[in-house]
Amino acid sequence: MAEQFHTLVVRVENKPGVLARVSGLFARRGFNIQSLAVAPTDNELFSRLTIVVDAESAPMEQIVKQLDKLINVVRIQELSPSDSVSRELILATVNLTEGSEDNIMREIESFDANVLSVGDKKIMVSLSGPPDVINEFETVLEKYGIVEVQRTGIVALATIAQ
Amino acid sequence: MKTNGGKALMKSLEAQGVEIVFGLPGGAILPAYDPLLDSSIRHVLVRHEQGAGHMAEGYAHATGLPGVAIVTSGPAATNMVTPLADAMLDSVPLVCITGQVASGAIGSDAFQECDTTGITMAVTKHNFLVADASEIPQVIHDAFHIATTGRPGPVLVDIPKDLVDANNPVSHFDDYEPSEHDLPGYSPIQEPDPASVLEAAELIFQSTRPVIYSGGGILKARAAEQLRELAELLDIHVVTTLMNRGGFPDDHPLALGMPGMHGNYTAVTAIQESDLLITLGARFDDRVTGKVDEFAPNAKVIHADIDPAEFNKVRSANVSIQGDVGQTITELIKALKQLSETKDHPDRSAWKSQISGWKERFPLVYDEWQQGEGLKPQYVIEQLRDNTPDDTIVASGVGQHQMWASQFWKFNHPYTWINSGGLGTMGFAVPAAIGAKAGKPDRMVWAIDGDGCFQMTNQELVTARLENFPVKIAVLNNGYLGMVRQWQELFYDERYSEVHLQPDLPDYKKLAEAMGCVGIRVESPEEVKPAIDQANEINDRPVVIDFRTEASENVYPMVPAGKSNSDVIVHPSQGND
Ligand SMILES: Cc1ncc(C[n+]2csc(CCOP(=O)(O)OP(=O)(O)O)c2C)c(N)n1
Ligand SMILES: [Mg+2]
Repeated sequence: MAEQFHTLVVRVENKPGVLARVSGLFARRGFNIQSLAVAPTDNELFSRLTIVVDAESAPMEQIVKQLDKLINVVRIQELSPSDSVSRELILATVNLTEGSEDNIMREIESFDANVLSVGDKKIMVSLSGPPDVINEFETVLEKYGIVEVQRTGIVALATIAQ
Repeated sequence: MKTNGGKALMKSLEAQGVEIVFGLPGGAILPAYDPLLDSSIRHVLVRHEQGAGHMAEGYAHATGLPGVAIVTSGPAATNMVTPLADAMLDSVPLVCITGQVASGAIGSDAFQECDTTGITMAVTKHNFLVADASEIPQVIHDAFHIATTGRPGPVLVDIPKDLVDANNPVSHFDDYEPSEHDLPGYSPIQEPDPASVLEAAELIFQSTRPVIYSGGGILKARAAEQLRELAELLDIHVVTTLMNRGGFPDDHPLALGMPGMHGNYTAVTAIQESDLLITLGARFDDRVTGKVDEFAPNAKVIHADIDPAEFNKVRSANVSIQGDVGQTITELIKALKQLSETKDHPDRSAWKSQISGWKERFPLVYDEWQQGEGLKPQYVIEQLRDNTPDDTIVASGVGQHQMWASQFWKFNHPYTWINSGGLGTMGFAVPAAIGAKAGKPDRMVWAIDGDGCFQMTNQELVTARLENFPVKIAVLNNGYLGMVRQWQELFYDERYSEVHLQPDLPDYKKLAEAMGCVGIRVESPEEVKPAIDQANEINDRPVVIDFRTEASENVYPMVPAGKSNSDVIVHPSQGND
């Protein structure tokens, strides 16, 4: 992942409209979001967002401080790549042709990806892993012709201090 | 004890100490207007919801208390967007209650439905959509807390009709008094960090050309006294931004007045040539900085603000201090006194004499009136200033008249200047003056308005007359959208595009009279003072004076948009080199 992307983990109150508040803030202040993942936490009062932001669109200090002004934002953690673990999931449907089938199967195996569904002319696969591996996998699949693809966006946690 | 949402709403507002609200009823808020009849709260019935919003702002500016507006759903809520945005940019504590269609109808494009919380998200500090009647006491409690603490701002509470309808069982719940706030993500920092304060004090000891750059935060923090103490302790000059006029007395020898696009030469230049900006509750607005890259190029910056997002947003700071600016100044004074036991300030006499030189050479001036010309607007403002009590509250619109009012009035007391700085909202003056009068009934309140602005919100004079707010309005009628005309003259080769209004239409005197006010027209200089005196004697109704001012008059000094403050254009008589 290029230097310009920073990962923020944001704990927000689980209130209606909170996602609109976050995305609206990014839109109106011209901060670019690379990816955003949101899900409830173990505490039903709060949700957790993982936002990958483009720090070239605005200084990180501004992004964090403006975000912190949202009343429903409870805590913001900035994760550096060296102190955190990031994962992403990709689902993709790829064309199958007679000539390509063996190659595709080999690639899928080498990435340790899963085959979820197979048809005559298409195959659906999934892989979860570090974002750069997912990027690489997607590039490989592109060679065969991607019919549909959905990535989840990155989720991240701080690594456990030793 | 059982209560219902409508009753609880009134009780919650009363519990916040609300004495007056500005509003206008309609379908979705109707059930809440019934318990209003039994409440101690006074309601001021406006003629347009924008008026209610600006009145609430004027009230807040004048009193420091949160202003409250209450309106219905849909078009009423959208009419409130401008005051909310205005309050957002000028950090005005405001609580706005809007009615919403019944809970079950939300999302169905019901009559007078609009997504009020969605629409106002970007123009409020926070907003709430009440989901259950029992939330009302807690939400109102939280709304006032958010509006008035930290960096103040507008908060909107949208309440579906069924939840305040006493006849609807869903509005019923067990009454309670909220004590805690349910705001896990909100805890503004008040106390400045002592280490940063000390660092700031040390920077001051190193500076030979310091200036205090004070902004609206001083008034919001009610820190005018502390500011004065700091300035006097250090013997350092103070500039007061458009939002802090009155925050430092203009008659003080250390006062430099307003900086910025139409600031006076000395304030602009002192900042520009400074080696240390002691920035207190100001935010480096583009109207102050001009071209940012060339703003105060040799200055270090101390930046004290309640809102940390202002630090390094426009101009990076050498020392930033988050916290209440009043407390920050108090701590800074302590630190400075302590340091002065072991240190001396550098010799600043050269800087001081440079400043007095500028003051002497570049005072605010305007051309003498010539026979056949319209009134000099600056003269009208000077006459108003000199023939009204020192603590008169002045509200203003947006345009040339606003700049002249800020320049030529002498603000010697805090909370005497009320204007729309950040949003620059034409039409602000009349309702804001009314709100100020509602908050400070014993004070004289004048609005200095433009003819363009006046035509946007003058209908509220009917409200003022009927609700007995005898404000006085000076319309500086130049027959033009004057500020825009000035830009077209200077930057578009005098190609005037859609800026001529027509001074005779409406007939401002008759318009005033039709609204139950006294209307006066003034065309020659010798009539100015008598008209002001006459207006000052009238206390049973509003007065409108139609001052026929010179259309070709321009505001000087001026820093053209996007230019450096070093390129400030002074009045032609003072020579531009
Ligand atoms: C609601 C709104 N519309 C447009 C503008 C742009 N604008 C700024 S000043 C101005 C002219 C104001 O005219 P007037 O009230 O007559 O004041 P003057 O400049 O002539 O003193 C205009 C149109 C604005 N600030 N607000
Ligand atoms: Mg005008």
